Amino acid sequence: MSETSVKEKSETKVKEMSKTKVKKMLFILSKGTIENAYAAFVMANGARMEGIESEIFFTFFGLEAIQKKKLEHLRVATVGNPALHMPTMLGGLPGVEALATKMMKKEMEKLDMPPIGEFLEILSDSGCKLWGCKLAIDMFHLEREDLIDELDGILTIGDFYGRANEEGTHLLFI
Amino acid sequence: MKKIIADREIDVNEEGYLVDFNQWDKDVCAYLAEEQGISMTEKHWEVVEYLQDKFQKEEPLSIRGIKKSGVINIKEFYSLFPGGPLKKSTLIAGIPKPKSCI
Repeated sequence: MSETSVKEKSETKVKEMSKTKVKKMLFILSKGTIENAYAAFVMANGARMEGIESEIFFTFFGLEAIQKKKLEHLRVATVGNPALHMPTMLGGLPGVEALATKMMKKEMEKLDMPPIGEFLEILSDSGCKLWGCKLAIDMFHLEREDLIDELDGILTIGDFYGRANEEGTHLLFI
Repeated sequence: MKKIIADREIDVNEEGYLVDFNQWDKDVCAYLAEEQGISMTEKHWEVVEYLQDKFQKEEPLSIRGIKKSGVINIKEFYSLFPGGPLKKSTLIAGIPKPKSCI
């Protein structure tokens, strides 16, 4: 291969770096378990790190992750979660859920995964938009001050679809 | 593969990252930055030095690490290296692309 073609090839690669076909990722977080919150956060942050826009719409139990008083108390579900390989009866005993959550958080800390509150700050600083679902907020009788300061606003589903109205946008329901 | 950077032949991988950090210098850095549409400022150099320092200490890079770095905050980091800040800044700094998911 000649020098020029090597150069051209590598230049194309470099240009591709910030040119993905995926332009924007919209996540809908509907669950209040810690593993689902982290799934949304890691993917939303990962998108920003790749130069892709990202936004998270918190609805129903996903709102637990943006409530000031609750966000650091999210738990892993020990009942009805076969992947934990724990008998359902055992999973329901007092303290088991807390213990499993503690163990999971310890493992996450080892990987330098930030706690929920810090992760939300990182996402917000990274330009990831954070939205609350109006219907669910009304349903749970939440006030704006119950929710994190980083929240960019409260949207109806129509508003949210409006934000999806761009080529290269993908929606993901969690 | 080889790539001509700042009038020199430099070894890079298929993504354009330098393979041998010893081939890196400020001219190479400025050239790579320009390719990414970035013109280096004092702050850019500071970040590059921070990244290289981490690399030499074999400490993994992450966006959380940037937050704690004391060199730059996340907002500034995104505005200095738009469109994939850690990927671009490590490329410019002549160090490997971080493998972390966070």
